[in-house]
Amino acid sequence: MDRSPYVTESPSVSVIMLKVMLALVPGIVAYVWMFGSGVLISLALASVTALVAEAAMLKVRSRPVMPFLLDGSAMVTAWLLALALPPLAPWWLIVVGTLFAIVVAKQLYGGLGYNPFNPAMVGYAVLLISFPVLMTQWPAPLAIAGAKLSFMDQWNYIFNRVLPGGIGLDAISSATPLDTLKTQLRLQHSMESITSAPLFGQFGGKGGEVVAGAYLLGGLYMWQQRIITWHIPVAFLGALALMSGVAHVVNPEHYAGPLFHLFSGASMLCAFFIATDPISGPTTPRGKLIFAAAIGVLTWLVRVYGGYPDGVAFAVLLLNICVPLIDANTQPRVFGHPK
Amino acid sequence: MILDFLFKPSFERGVHPPQFKETGRTPIRRMPFASRYTLPLSQSVGRAAKPIVTVGQEVLRGQPIAETAGYVSVPLHSPVTGIVEDIGLHPTLSGEWQESIVIRAFEGASQEVLYGDPVDVDALTPEQIINAVQATGMVGLGGAAFPTHAKLAAPKEWPIEHLLVNGCECEPFLTADHRMMVEWPQHLITGTKFAMKACGAKRALIGVEDNKPDAIAAIEKVLPDDGSITVHAVKTKYPQGAAEMLVKALLGREVPAGARSYQIGVVMQNVGTLAELGRLIPRGQGFIERVVTIAGPGVSKPGNYLVPIGTPLRFVLEQAGAPRDAVEVILGGPMMGAAIASLDVPVTKAISGILVFDRSAMQKERGKTHPCIKCGECVNVCPKGLNPSTLGMLAAKREYDLMAERYHLDGCFECGCCSYVCPSNIPLVQQFRVAKEIVRERQAA
Repeated sequence: MDRSPYVTESPSVSVIMLKVMLALVPGIVAYVWMFGSGVLISLALASVTALVAEAAMLKVRSRPVMPFLLDGSAMVTAWLLALALPPLAPWWLIVVGTLFAIVVAKQLYGGLGYNPFNPAMVGYAVLLISFPVLMTQWPAPLAIAGAKLSFMDQWNYIFNRVLPGGIGLDAISSATPLDTLKTQLRLQHSMESITSAPLFGQFGGKGGEVVAGAYLLGGLYMWQQRIITWHIPVAFLGALALMSGVAHVVNPEHYAGPLFHLFSGASMLCAFFIATDPISGPTTPRGKLIFAAAIGVLTWLVRVYGGYPDGVAFAVLLLNICVPLIDANTQPRVFGHPK
Repeated sequence: MILDFLFKPSFERGVHPPQFKETGRTPIRRMPFASRYTLPLSQSVGRAAKPIVTVGQEVLRGQPIAETAGYVSVPLHSPVTGIVEDIGLHPTLSGEWQESIVIRAFEGASQEVLYGDPVDVDALTPEQIINAVQATGMVGLGGAAFPTHAKLAAPKEWPIEHLLVNGCECEPFLTADHRMMVEWPQHLITGTKFAMKACGAKRALIGVEDNKPDAIAAIEKVLPDDGSITVHAVKTKYPQGAAEMLVKALLGREVPAGARSYQIGVVMQNVGTLAELGRLIPRGQGFIERVVTIAGPGVSKPGNYLVPIGTPLRFVLEQAGAPRDAVEVILGGPMMGAAIASLDVPVTKAISGILVFDRSAMQKERGKTHPCIKCGECVNVCPKGLNPSTLGMLAAKREYDLMAERYHLDGCFECGCCSYVCPSNIPLVQQFRVAKEIVRERQAA
């Protein structure tokens, strides 16, 4: 069929997905550098699971398999989920999470373009609720870990839950800075004594802040490539910084400052890679601002007052529910109509 | 304003397609004469003209060969000296066969315009100008093909304040208006004065995209001293040349949805239309040839050609160096133009550009369609503030009435910005065209 326009500037969906994955590479490199190579195993596991699940579901739904498999969206979901999970979690945890993300959150809703919830965050939330203990076993930053595991050791631990002799789980794992801060504050420890522990770095957690910085770099690349606009990262990080900043100024002993929040947990991953998922988010610039700012506020509330150490996943999912409402109320003014 | 240098007036959103305007640097050339010309009696909005010649009759270049059939109708003039060979059905660009006059050119005849009735232009009243405009057979050359005299004669209850002259030419590749502004600025000013007098406008503003500084300079040199006509650089952005967008850029006002521009005291004319009027009315001649941009990767001699109306498209392409086995041919610009199926049709008054593409190159451009990922790029570029993403999803569900009632489908003027940026390659404009047609039919029923 002939159709105007006969010129186009848009990169295809596949190119967009490829660039998102490229933008994640600095973060992955930093992750390996700071926490060890286990995350590569999670990434591979999640990718294979996602592609197999996507292909199987497309087959079951009688949709063309290759075109959709090649659009890259399943891989992006897999990578985001893998990066959000503890890298030394047992293999089946990653497989279950990915299956849930692809099969239930994405394909059962109609596949690419039709999922109301961010698939990676659905997978994450399901795992967090179902396997809370496994989901809090984070590796300690290599800089302060009691023991270092080789790649094969990590492989063995992920698939067989076997650690080399003489190394206990405590030597290689630790609570996250967000978690530590929350529990220690509840024990009436002072902010200064908590954050001077070796687990904490310059402004976030040791190691974690480097990874966050690398995500930020990747995010800026996506912005420069016009894969994302500034609205969601700025609104999310701005709201998070504002909430934590105000609280910090009012009571610095009880509330960590904005830099800590921006560079801890999944803040940067959320700002550039998770909240920016177009499908489960609003379409208009104004809608994106509201959506992301609300995620920022909710994330802070969950972190400070909630029962979970990080609030990104729940904040994103809650706001996914609000998207139709946000969209309905943020349509641009139509040309030639009164304001 | 000083800040005009930094912030050229424009409209919100829109896109920046690559320009491909190399043809704007070379002068307008005359196309050689073909041996046979086909003139459809209907080349504009409104009633078809009525033939006033008979088969076998000899006609002079410039001689009227068909007369108006009512008010919204324009006459036709012979583009060549020759003999009327046939009056009957012939294929046209729309694909329909239409009543046309076919003239065989006399080889070797001087193709000077021999027919004309010079007039004292200063003595003309507004009504006489409007009649003179109609007598030229002029239609809007920007592509709308609305009879120019009818557009100048706005209803009396709406006094006209501003005449806006559209020299944006925002479509890629097209440079016909550009060359006319550079080469015929005096004609443009003369035509603008006629149009002002005809519609009663006290002020005329010529809007030119700032990628044509030579055109702006050429016009500035010949502006009248009284300041009644001014030229304004507007931002180079697609679709700056859409009527509503230019009104917004030049006057800062929006034409209310559903209203006509004369209801806010504005009449708009294309620069080419007015330049032609400025050339033709003083000589009392008819509109028999127009400037057409012929460009694209498929032609070896791209440029702006003065093409007699009725010239066979195949002949035009041969002259411009398009390969014989060509090709994908688009009439108009690449953003809003239409591909044609046959080359055995004549050039008509509304054709501003003929673009020739390589078939393989075009297929690569298109690629495959993905589902909408709601990225919102289309919302960010729609100059009318519509939500093409939502409209597209409704179109896929055939919710045409909902599109019209709640999502302002009628505001879409099919500029193509949404399709241009869509990463999922969804044929949004086509969907909206179909939807509008269906809504129109339902409303008529």
